[in-house]
Amino acid sequence: MTTIKTPRTRRPRKTGRRHPLASIALIAVGLLFTGGAYAAFSTSTAVATTDSSSQQTIAEGEKLFAANCATCHGLSAQGSAEGPSLIGVGAASVDFQVGTGRMPMQMQGPQAQKKPVQFTPEQITALAAYVASLAPGPAIPAAELLDAAAGDAANGAELFRINCAMCHNVAGAGGALTEGKFAPAIENVSAQHIYEAMITGPQNMPVFNDMNITPEDKRDIITYLKYVEDNPSPGGLALGSLGPVAEGLFIWIFGLGAIVALTVWITAKSN
Amino acid sequence: MTTINTRESAEDQTVGTKKAGGFTATAANYIDERTSISGAVKELGRKIFPDHWSFLLGEVALYSFVIILLSGSFLTFFFQASMAEVVYDGSYAPLKGVPMSVAMSSTMDISFDIRGGLLMRQVHHWAALLFVAAIGLHMLRIYFTGAFRKPRELNWVIGFILFILAMAEGFTGYSLPDDLLSGNGLRIIDGLVKGIPVIGTWTSFLLFGGEFPGTDIVGRLYSLHILLLPAIIVALIAMHLLFVVVHKHTQYPAAGRTNQNVVGYPVLPVYAAKAGGFFFIVFGVVMLIASLFTINPIWNYGPYDPSPVSAGTQPDWYIGFADGAMRLIPPGWEFVWLNHTYSLNIVVVLAVVGLFIVTVMVYPFIEAWITGDKREHHVLDRPRNAPTRTAIGAAGVTFYASLWAAASSDIMATHFHLTMEGVIHTLQATTLLGPILAFFIAKRVCLALQKKDREIVLHGYESGRIVRLPGGEFVEVHQPVDEYERWKLVSYSDFKPLMLRPNAQGKIGPAEKVRAGLSRWFFEDRITPITQTELSHAHGDHPAAITDQEHQSEITDK
Repeated sequence: MTTIKTPRTRRPRKTGRRHPLASIALIAVGLLFTGGAYAAFSTSTAVATTDSSSQQTIAEGEKLFAANCATCHGLSAQGSAEGPSLIGVGAASVDFQVGTGRMPMQMQGPQAQKKPVQFTPEQITALAAYVASLAPGPAIPAAELLDAAAGDAANGAELFRINCAMCHNVAGAGGALTEGKFAPAIENVSAQHIYEAMITGPQNMPVFNDMNITPEDKRDIITYLKYVEDNPSPGGLALGSLGPVAEGLFIWIFGLGAIVALTVWITAKSN
Repeated sequence: MTTINTRESAEDQTVGTKKAGGFTATAANYIDERTSISGAVKELGRKIFPDHWSFLLGEVALYSFVIILLSGSFLTFFFQASMAEVVYDGSYAPLKGVPMSVAMSSTMDISFDIRGGLLMRQVHHWAALLFVAAIGLHMLRIYFTGAFRKPRELNWVIGFILFILAMAEGFTGYSLPDDLLSGNGLRIIDGLVKGIPVIGTWTSFLLFGGEFPGTDIVGRLYSLHILLLPAIIVALIAMHLLFVVVHKHTQYPAAGRTNQNVVGYPVLPVYAAKAGGFFFIVFGVVMLIASLFTINPIWNYGPYDPSPVSAGTQPDWYIGFADGAMRLIPPGWEFVWLNHTYSLNIVVVLAVVGLFIVTVMVYPFIEAWITGDKREHHVLDRPRNAPTRTAIGAAGVTFYASLWAAASSDIMATHFHLTMEGVIHTLQATTLLGPILAFFIAKRVCLALQKKDREIVLHGYESGRIVRLPGGEFVEVHQPVDEYERWKLVSYSDFKPLMLRPNAQGKIGPAEKVRAGLSRWFFEDRITPITQTELSHAHGDHPAAITDQEHQSEITDK
């Protein structure tokens, strides 16, 4: 940028800070500096808020825990008759349960229901940090394991059919379990929450540890689920992807209903 | 009136295929001289069909079948019924590189790589669902209007066999793509077959050519699906329609309609135009549904593999009642005896469903035996005028519906936030108690409606107008029912329970006693039709001055 060679006359007067491109270079340097400084600054603040190991975050999490969770899980997360112990469940579990709104629970029932999230991301991080500080447990997954674009949808689809579809349905539309429990639909669930569900086994879900399904395979499953979510059904409206029940209901009510309406129309007497 | 009253026996002048006309007439004459077809055209063209929406339901089934044949032929051009393993390399990314059978792979190609293939698949499948649904509704119409009575008992049986064959067609077709859903369906069939005592395992091995799933089943089902079953269905449909022509169409009771005539439109030109147009309407509805709504997304299900089973795995709706029956069986219904397992959970389902199917099939003969009615019937019953039959029908519908609903117990549990056990237990109760309750409610409703009809005929509609007579008496003016309406309300025949009569040897056998008992049960609660005397008396009750228009209360004899 600074080396401009012009084999012409009047070279001495057009070099250095008097060069025609000098102002542009100055602006570029200025932008670089400000941008860099801003980036450095914002990174440092981000690090500050997500530093789950900092004592300050843990203390904050402890306060939140005492105010919102301790009623059921006990003041030191040791558990009670109302809720299980959280010692050793890890940050991933807290991030999933609180991040999807399942915790704090609205009411005791067959299982915790999804509802609007009650805490800010910073508060969730603090809670997760506090629970993670109690004992080692599954951590929040790294970003590269959540990149749906990097996975193999075909492998993910096969793993999903074998390991997940019996409860969640092949298209992730959800399904029934015993005694009012159910496997929820996996639509509009973030990659991070899907991953965390697999490693922590929330509610009635089994844990799929890394020996069972490797982190890359988990990413492939996420890739498949995101593929289903992002690509509309090639056949038209999917009727909830519920299978033959939805199709049968549709043909009886709308198909045969329309046909019967038309037969009435055809045989109506003209006035 | 737009209806035309025609006597079938009336011979008219010959249909105009005059030689003098232009090309059409010449061509028609040419064909007629070589085939003598004019006789058939004359006969068929003058057939009268009554006009009522419910008479078109069978046509809907027929047209759906035509659509199925057309779209199915297209699919056979591309489908390969082989279970040889290939690696999928088509355009659907989430299955690329996955090993699957040729059947599945060719169905994927039809869906994604053949122009119009997915639409044709969806047309075929939606039309199949509509086909069986239309048959079901058609059968309900026939049943509740008593159209199966003499001389149409055999046509009921043919129609019922068509219903069973349609279900068989549906199930074999459902199993062809060899995807996860169809494989799970076949696994259930395999389990059912293996649950039959003594012959079960052998039959299963015979069917699948060895241990399930084997490599033969898709090819075998394909032969049934595109060759044997359609051929039988086409032959039976031809017989079914021939019977309709031979018996002539039934009609609802109304003024001028008797057992000796048919009131309606002739086939040519009115009915043929209507029916022909209606085919395109049905085709249009199926096309619209098929182009807007996904059916059987095999790309979600993936290739069959015996290990995974998806949540929400169900058969298509028409097999649902059998699936539901199995879900309703309480746990633990099997025992081991002499080193063999006896699966009552399966044997009971097969027995109950089989008994139900056979009962429905032979119902016309049962009813004819109970009532001892040997007359021909061409005028339909209004369902209320045959209370016991309607009540039996309501009980049957409740029973079927409970089994059917049970097939979707898991979907009901998730979507209505119920427990699966709660849904199953409720449906177990409705399966056993629902039919009894439905029987009594339907029968009482029928009798109440008959009473209301009687009231209307004898006293007319309440008009809400209170009139004070010169003598100071207050009466409500009743609007007399008009003659056309009255015809409909009074024209049904009375039945009485059979009398126990000794046979030629002067004895009353046990069968006769059972029959008399059933007949008493069938007819004990009944509202007798209004007699001529009652009618003329009834109108004497009211001051003649109020009903100012003179109404002839005479009713032409039926």
